[in-house]
Amino acid sequence: MISYIVRRLLWMIPTLFFVALITFILMHAAPGGPWDRDLSARQVDPRTQELLNKEFGLDKPLFINTEGGNPLDSQFFNYIGGALRGNLGPSYRQRGMNVEDILFKPPEGKPIWNSKFGYSLRLGLLALGLAVLFGIPLGTIGALRRNTVIDYFSLLISTIGISVPSFVLAIFLIVLLAGRLKLIKIVQQDWSSPGAWIVPGVILGFGTFAFITRLTRSQMLEVMQQDYVRTARAKGLSEKVVVARHMLRNALIPVVTIIGPALAGLVTGSFIIEQMFSFPGSGREFVQSISRRDYSMIMGTTLLYAVLVALANLTVDITYGFLDPRIKVGK
Amino acid sequence: MGALLEVKDLRTQFFTQDGVVNAVNGISYTLDEGETLGIVGESGCGKSVGVMSLIRLIPMPPGKVVGGEVWFEGRDLLKLDDDEIRQVRGNRIAMIFQDPMTSLNPVLTVGRQISEALELHLGLDKQQARRRSQELLELVGIPGAEGRLDNYPHQFSGGMRQRVMIAMGLSCNPQVLIADEPTTALDVTIQAQIVDLVKRLREELGMAIIWITHDLGVVAGLAHRMIVMYAGFIVEEATVKELYSNPRHPYTLGLLGSLPRLDEDRPERLRSIEGLPPDLIDLPVGCPFYARCTWRIERCLQENPPLAFVAHQHKAACWVDVTGVTA
Ligand SMILES: Nc1ncnc2c1ncn2[C@@H]1O[C@H](COP(=O)(O)OP(=O)(O)O)[C@@H](O)[C@H]1O
Ligand code: SF4
Ligand SMILES: [Mg+2]
Repeated sequence: MISYIVRRLLWMIPTLFFVALITFILMHAAPGGPWDRDLSARQVDPRTQELLNKEFGLDKPLFINTEGGNPLDSQFFNYIGGALRGNLGPSYRQRGMNVEDILFKPPEGKPIWNSKFGYSLRLGLLALGLAVLFGIPLGTIGALRRNTVIDYFSLLISTIGISVPSFVLAIFLIVLLAGRLKLIKIVQQDWSSPGAWIVPGVILGFGTFAFITRLTRSQMLEVMQQDYVRTARAKGLSEKVVVARHMLRNALIPVVTIIGPALAGLVTGSFIIEQMFSFPGSGREFVQSISRRDYSMIMGTTLLYAVLVALANLTVDITYGFLDPRIKVGK
Repeated sequence: MGALLEVKDLRTQFFTQDGVVNAVNGISYTLDEGETLGIVGESGCGKSVGVMSLIRLIPMPPGKVVGGEVWFEGRDLLKLDDDEIRQVRGNRIAMIFQDPMTSLNPVLTVGRQISEALELHLGLDKQQARRRSQELLELVGIPGAEGRLDNYPHQFSGGMRQRVMIAMGLSCNPQVLIADEPTTALDVTIQAQIVDLVKRLREELGMAIIWITHDLGVVAGLAHRMIVMYAGFIVEEATVKELYSNPRHPYTLGLLGSLPRLDEDRPERLRSIEGLPPDLIDLPVGCPFYARCTWRIERCLQENPPLAFVAHQHKAACWVDVTGVTA
């Protein structure tokens, strides 16, 4: 088991290398650079640009240094070298800040979960929590009371959640809750009150909620047909025990295993919602760094997200081994 | 002595999109204490539905027991409320199923699956139930029983799994054990072992058994009495000896004809009865076997023959006397 995990973790190294490479290529293929300004704003003069390029090493070749000396003294490999030492480099646009500080450093005197990434992680956890808390019961009841009003309701909700993109839903809810009903503020300034989190949390988690509802329902419908459920009834067990011990235990295995990737998806996929709600998370930071060509921020955030997804996938395989005795992890 | 179990005119239907499936069409029989009753018939003829109706295990919807009575220990099981029937299930009447792989819960240990009935019906605590589960595994001949309590079903072979099922069925000392094709999914040598095991347990524990099979060969050495089912009807009922030596229904003759004969030099390929059973949604008015019967007469098309005595302890449902014919 341990050696399996170590092996999987080692496999992350080449994965991350290629993620970095592809991001790097795409990033540099996009026109413009970190010193470009809005045409209406004051431009950075060419002399300064040259100095900046030199300071940040942007004057070096992209991949291979052919000008003699060390061939790996290039932008890409210097970045990789720094990243390996845990140094994600300085932000090109937020002066005096390192990428890891922007992502992980909380404001002065605040706990770690007030960092940008901490905000996104908490929003993701909230969204996931809501999705699980409502999705599993709704899917279960839908299956048990098949073809009743509640089943149609669960189907309707999950169809909406799966087919309507979250930002469309966000606009709809903002118009409804902030515009019409005046229940929330459109631009939330104070994220210290828990109430402010509910709406972005609900919107972010809605797709996952829909997915969990549907998965639970279909799994339950399948499990309900199984012979062992009949065996359980033949023992005289009450319906409650049959559902909880014999059906849910089986039906929820796939549901539990998608929780890790779902969280990774929510944390990395929240940038649109963060942008809409001016939420101070790493997702918004990511979007802004892209439009500003803040190369090191783009690289750093992408790699962080890649690590998250890779770890999430690893947890799937490990939890599967724990939940389903038929599956042996680590062979 | 009154019968332990008395089934009267039991009818079960399934209400499907295509129509009403007449799965069990008014069957009546009795089961005496300690007796083993075999139920045979081709697949789809209502054997499983017939016995599952007794303890109301029919999936509802689409199924429904639409008529009849099931008398057991002075009560009609069909009239009990849900709590009462649950106290009968697994406790007084236990059931084991055909496929031991799919009939055990893959994510629970076999110890847990045996002990849950013990805790429920006998009120044992966790430790007592565990000890009793171990004894049961020993009883059904599973080697190293103690260590195997914590194993999962997939860690057992097919035959061993069926032994676990039997241990589970017998855990609360039921009066009646219903075995629904318990050996069909197993290979021949294992089948024989399971039959021997059940014989031994019957001797030791004295429960009555309803043994369902579509294979006349397997029950021959086990059952005292036999019921032959066709299209949801009982078409013949007799003691084992009588049924094999003096079958009185053309369908039974056909079934016996499709048995591999030991006295033949070269075992021929199984001969089976030509044709298919009738559509249970659209049953014929007359004899349900008419379309496949080589003995049929005019009357068979108009009237369905009732199950009637043809000899001592021998009933058949046929308009024609087929006495004396051997398969
Ligand atoms: N859940 C169900 N829905 C509809 N029809 C069913 C259902 N279960 C059984 N039946 C029908 O009942 C008939 C008898 O089935 P069954 O008792 O399982 O046969 P067998 O003799 O092989 O055990 C079959 O023809 C089958 O089509
Ligand atoms: S009643 Fe007629 S059709 Fe039916 S089994 Fe007897 S002879 Fe055949
Ligand atoms: Mg059957």
